[in-house]
Amino acid sequence: MREQARKLPVSCAAWVTLAALCASVPARAGGPQDFARIERGRYLTIAADCAACHTDPVSNSAFAGGRSIETPFGMVAAPNITPDRQTGIGTWSDSDFDRALRQGVRPDGKRLYPAMPYLYFTRMSREDVLSIRAYLNTVASVHHAVRANLLPFPFNIRGLMRVWDAWYFTPGEYKPDHAKSPSWNRGAYLVEGPGHCAACHSPKNFLGADRADQRFHGYSLQGWFAPNITADRQRGLGNWSDTDILEYLKKGHNRLAAASGPMAEEVENSSSKMTDADLAAIATYLKDQPGETADTQRIAETDRYMKVGAAIYSDRCAACHKLDGTGVAYLIPNLAESSSVNSRQPLTALRVILRGTRTVATRSEPTGPAMPSFGWQLNDAEVAAVATYIRNSWGHAASRVTAEDVSKARKSLAARRD
Amino acid sequence: MGSGQKLTPVARKLPAKDVVIVGLGWTGSIIANELTDEGLDVVAIERGPWRDTATDYPPSFAADELRYRIRHELFLRPEQTTFTFRNRMDQSALPIRTWGAFMPPNGVGGGGVHWNGETWRFLPTDFTLRTHLTQRYGAHFLPPDMTIQDWGVTFEELEPHYDRFEYLCGTSGTAGNLQGHIQEGGNPFEGPRSRPYPNPAQQQPFGHTLFAKAARELGYKPFPQPSGNMSRAYMNPLGVRMGPCTYCGFCEWFGCGNYSKASPQTTVLPVLLRKPNFQARDNSEVIRINTDRSGKRATGVTFVDTSGNEWEQPAELVILSAYTIFNVQLLLLSGIGKPYDPVANTGVIGRNFTHQTISDVTSFFDPAKFIFNPFIASGSIGMCIDEFNGDNFDHGPHHFVGGGYMGHVQTNGRPIETTPVPPGTPKWGAKWKQAVRESYQSAIKPGTGVHGSMYSYRDVYLDLDPTYRDRFDRPLVRITMDFHDNEIKQNAFLTDKFAAIFQAMGARQLIKEYRKKPYDITAYQTTHLCGGAVMGTDPKTSALNRYLQSWDVPNLFVMGASAFPQNAGYNPTGTVAALAYWSVAQIRSQYLKSPGPLINA
Repeated sequence: MREQARKLPVSCAAWVTLAALCASVPARAGGPQDFARIERGRYLTIAADCAACHTDPVSNSAFAGGRSIETPFGMVAAPNITPDRQTGIGTWSDSDFDRALRQGVRPDGKRLYPAMPYLYFTRMSREDVLSIRAYLNTVASVHHAVRANLLPFPFNIRGLMRVWDAWYFTPGEYKPDHAKSPSWNRGAYLVEGPGHCAACHSPKNFLGADRADQRFHGYSLQGWFAPNITADRQRGLGNWSDTDILEYLKKGHNRLAAASGPMAEEVENSSSKMTDADLAAIATYLKDQPGETADTQRIAETDRYMKVGAAIYSDRCAACHKLDGTGVAYLIPNLAESSSVNSRQPLTALRVILRGTRTVATRSEPTGPAMPSFGWQLNDAEVAAVATYIRNSWGHAASRVTAEDVSKARKSLAARRD
Repeated sequence: MGSGQKLTPVARKLPAKDVVIVGLGWTGSIIANELTDEGLDVVAIERGPWRDTATDYPPSFAADELRYRIRHELFLRPEQTTFTFRNRMDQSALPIRTWGAFMPPNGVGGGGVHWNGETWRFLPTDFTLRTHLTQRYGAHFLPPDMTIQDWGVTFEELEPHYDRFEYLCGTSGTAGNLQGHIQEGGNPFEGPRSRPYPNPAQQQPFGHTLFAKAARELGYKPFPQPSGNMSRAYMNPLGVRMGPCTYCGFCEWFGCGNYSKASPQTTVLPVLLRKPNFQARDNSEVIRINTDRSGKRATGVTFVDTSGNEWEQPAELVILSAYTIFNVQLLLLSGIGKPYDPVANTGVIGRNFTHQTISDVTSFFDPAKFIFNPFIASGSIGMCIDEFNGDNFDHGPHHFVGGGYMGHVQTNGRPIETTPVPPGTPKWGAKWKQAVRESYQSAIKPGTGVHGSMYSYRDVYLDLDPTYRDRFDRPLVRITMDFHDNEIKQNAFLTDKFAAIFQAMGARQLIKEYRKKPYDITAYQTTHLCGGAVMGTDPKTSALNRYLQSWDVPNLFVMGASAFPQNAGYNPTGTVAALAYWSVAQIRSQYLKSPGPLINA
């Protein structure tokens, strides 16, 4: 004990000398161990929601991969992106990392599948990408080998992605539009780049590429319809104020709507942790996106489906959602102003009616209310009637939902475990 | 170990926690939320299942009278555990096999899931009852075997804690006494409140409005019952939201499907469950509070899971927050505190056990003139008067003490339960149906009518049954309870006063359903069992000090109505919760800094 105590000052002095030597060589600003860069990377990792795919919610092992991502072509497992040298990305150079994120090419030269949103990350700056890299270098290494490619033939042939990329991938950083405000440009950067909102919210062609003419008009995936998030007043966010959008992304709830399903995960992991200024910027950009042009004829109240739907609605739904569909702000979603109800495809409304759903609980809105399942109580024709009713009431117009639509939705949902 | 003897399984030991809470109902949730805010590592162990609004009682089937009211879905199954009952000490008690007079809750949220939401404060004089009555009427006025006593806490001390609970719940009501100023439309007898209720009173249907008018004409001051059902959308101080009540009439015995009734699920649990330092174990029954060799320190609890495995959960602080009788049972089975002996009049555990003295009046009106729509209801919608509660009137001429609020509280118009028919109607068949049809809209049978107090007596108590045992081979708790003349007189007086209001409303026939002796364990009164581990100032007559801390084991606190030295003429939940906040405030401010007895006696 005494011996150690005597030695201590000596070793202390040695460390002080060493520290002084190091300090005399100033740390390069923006270097991989620069605090500001790591912190920027942490924030961008949240904005890009890397954890959504790369952290398996079952093991909850941060960024160690293994979560299967459902695509229209089959399953792709997210790889381990911790600094582990054998199973992670510890041996990758910064340029390797940049090329993967912004070009969709692995260090071995093979192509990534677009389940990894390099189509959008390509809009990010190299500096931002390397900030993410700097942050990921600081997380705990986890030795966890993941077999990523679970796709069936022929999609499991990675070489085909060369052709796909040639057709559909436009690499290149985001170029600011100087005619627009700084907030608009910041929003555009976040939405188009790290936020990769279009991955879920833009319609795709038969090969899974975004349809450029219908950006953010909504798309069905993973048993949900990710709704239109443009300024469309009928089906999008046209009636939402900037504050409504900000609150929704921050809290998961606003006066009109509540996040559930995959969007609940997004709010929980990503947007609830972003700054208000960035969320306001996203709102500014989304509200400047053109809506749908298709004009749908409203189904008359005298229609048989509408009459039956109205009766079911007042009996089963109105206690919470109110007779006029307005619900309760921050608790029960407003159906009269719901892009999920009035969307082109009724998948989300059908899913929620058939199976129910739990909304996200956040720090600022901890309630997390849930919608119960009615699938055991209402048959296909009844669900179709009430869905048709809510899609064509309170000033809205949307296509009729048939019993066959409900039957199909019921069957596809029955096979889903989520 | 000889053959035929049971092998005692060895309990596996879990990692120690700072706090273990027994029972995750109202008080367990409140205490857990407060102590996790203090940074403590808290585990709550709940005997019953998890309960969640949208999964377990959604609007699509919450309003199923057969399932919940008749078949008792939300309650403890007597097969799991029950009590034995007798009226008098010279009788043999028998086990209760179907719940009757009260409904033991079960599962996360406890009684807070299935209550009506009637959220009262007790009167200031209720807390100093023996002192007050003795001063006003003289000691000789009280029956010699009546064992009422002061609580050791005053209304003024509890006021901020009542307030916290009301704001947690979003209680809907009209203040009657704001900081000493009497308010028009509220209860003029209530103790001074520091601020108004967080929400205005619920809207009153036709029958209630007429009742209030008649009461006013008789010189009373009717006011809306304070309600845990929301009169409007509300966000509580924890940030949890509730929706407006839809007046569906399925509150008591039911869970609320649309987030409109205050319950642990709709007020505290969403916040509590987010905390990393909180853990809940459901379907786990605590069978014992463990103490060290001195018997002066609790070391944790032992519980059994659904597989029959025994687990020991060590903890620094034990909070007992189960239902009244189960609190008492665990104390008796764990050898904490001296068991009450009514013959020697010694001991405290099991002493001063009480219930309530309930009665009702069914009144029939002319169907051509009155359509009451009784299905427009909520658990605590109604107009009440408080003129005959506590000591709000001179008891001198009447030769009894105590009282209660009375009100036309139309909790429901449910088809199985609420089918009042005039006397003489056949019990079934065409004539019965015709009478139901004629009376349904024009008869009034309040869900809560006369809500009288029950004071404590030397021969009304809890102990361990000498014969009957539960599935763990532990003795069941034995209830010895009968009404005393004081309560019977009180009830006759109150029921007559109540009937007079319906008479003034214009009823053409009145049926007074007086509460009679003997106490009937088969007919529902309320679930307001009280006492058995009472608070007080003297360890000889109380199990707990004024902070609900065990006199014998200072790291054990016992929540709930088991602490009431006697029951007042109100529903107890408001006071139960206020006491929990009062106790935990003292734990936070004093006990944690210096664990030990908070009162030296």
